[in-house]
Amino acid sequence: MSSPAETQSEDCGDKKDAEESQSTTEEVRPKSKYPTFGQKPGGSDFLMKRLQKGQKYFDSGDYNMAKAKKSKQLPASPPDRSVVTGDHIPTPKDLPQRRPSLVTSKLVG
Amino acid sequence: MAGAGGGANDVQWCFSQVKGAIDDDVAEADIISTVEFNHSGELLATGDKGGRVVIFQQDIENKSQAQCRSEYNVYSTFQSHEPEFDYLKSLEIEEKINKIRWLPQKNAAQFLLSTNDKTIKLWKISERDKRPEGYNLKEEDGRYRDASTITTLRVPVFRPMDLMVEASPRRIFANAHTYHINSISVNSDNETYLSADDLRINLWHLEITDRSFNIVDIKPANMEELTEVITAAEFHPLQCNTFVYSSSKGTIRLCDMRASALCDKHSKLFEEPEDPSNRSFFSEIISSISDVKFSHSGRYMMTRDYLSVKIWDLNMENRPVETYQVHEYLRSKLCSLYENDCIFDKFECCWNGNDSVVMTGSYNNFFRMLERGQRRDMTLEASRECSKPRQVLKPRRVCAGGKRKKDEISVDSLDFNKKILHTAWHPEENIIAVATTNNLYIFQEKVN
Repeated sequence: MSSPAETQSEDCGDKKDAEESQSTTEEVRPKSKYPTFGQKPGGSDFLMKRLQKGQKYFDSGDYNMAKAKKSKQLPASPPDRSVVTGDHIPTPKDLPQRRPSLVTSKLVG
Repeated sequence: MAGAGGGANDVQWCFSQVKGAIDDDVAEADIISTVEFNHSGELLATGDKGGRVVIFQQDIENKSQAQCRSEYNVYSTFQSHEPEFDYLKSLEIEEKINKIRWLPQKNAAQFLLSTNDKTIKLWKISERDKRPEGYNLKEEDGRYRDASTITTLRVPVFRPMDLMVEASPRRIFANAHTYHINSISVNSDNETYLSADDLRINLWHLEITDRSFNIVDIKPANMEELTEVITAAEFHPLQCNTFVYSSSKGTIRLCDMRASALCDKHSKLFEEPEDPSNRSFFSEIISSISDVKFSHSGRYMMTRDYLSVKIWDLNMENRPVETYQVHEYLRSKLCSLYENDCIFDKFECCWNGNDSVVMTGSYNNFFRMLERGQRRDMTLEASRECSKPRQVLKPRRVCAGGKRKKDEISVDSLDFNKKILHTAWHPEENIIAVATTNNLYIFQEKVN
């Protein structure tokens, strides 16, 4: 295993003569930015964040709305003002079309 | 073909194929999240963030020739997982395929396990190349014949048809993981497999979906005391009772299922004492192991942490037998890499067929070939600029500091958005699959 001293750039503080000042810089910069880092037991903030990966939604309705917006199912234009709400009973063909669930991967062909 | 390996520097690698879109605007769904050859190397599967699996098949027409160029063409593609919503936690469950593992082939069909964060599925991929024709009651297009027009009886016969490859989900293993699944591994007994999440590992039988055994549980009684998580797990390739799991603190535990039903107590603990001269603010983060892989022989295992690859002899727990620096020039840049989250990137690693060379990815679409016996290493790049047919890849060099030589690239010019996290090596031949963000590159050994 090549020792760290062999392959460092000027920034790394492994050379003995520059060790003092450079290693302090290396430590000071992150420490001043993240003062409480490593103080909590086991850095558990990281681990907690890692355990709860994924975007949180208020409820399933919120999730479905967000998903629908992403696939642009919601009509972009405002509803036709001449149509009075409740004027007619909607039929399946009036509803927005479901987007095809399989969009082929670009690795194919 | 000449035995896989035979020296990283003896082998010259050539571009063979690239799959995927050329444009830079990458849709999230197209991000490749896993790559895996099957046991014969004839099939190559990829999974992506959109929950899709694409399987390529090696063109075997030319295999009879001594020095052949094989090509991988699309064999099958299907939607493995869809996004879901966890109602209890109000969290989205991503459809991203975290891992694919092939089962050894037992009959004409192929089987693979694919998993997202919560659910594992067993897929059967089968070929259909003939169909029955000549029904009495139906026309060829399926319409029913008018009974009064039927005057004779005939026996339907099978006629050849264009090959159709069908993928169907045969088992769905769900609701066994509270946390996010990071690994699956098929046992050498061919009947069971394990799935590991951040805190627990479960053992499944391939035929049984409504039950699984918990074999490792590192969840503390008080979550405030949580100090490490499971990052990867794998069954031993030959001993069906042995598996290992790695942690975010840089340790690997080997467990023997014969010892007890719950393997919380390890049989072996592999940990290297920290080098005090390398101690830094980020020491613990970069010691987190992102991948663990047994050698084909079962004698060694390889671990990948942020800056290095280590090879461990299963008979020696106190230190690795070999350590290779992947990109040591990044050690002085750790603060910036923490700020842009790159320090949390999970690189995988793989062995070649005869365990003589290991490969892992890096940034700027570079990947590293580390040759064990000769202690030689090579850095190559997967890029469209080196994608002319059979073009030999030129080794790349990164200049850590000081004067940059011609053909070298300086550390500050590296593109940290171009990361190679997933690579795979054909089990027998010198053919490698390297995944960039949304493209799959296939490289082969140069044949003269």
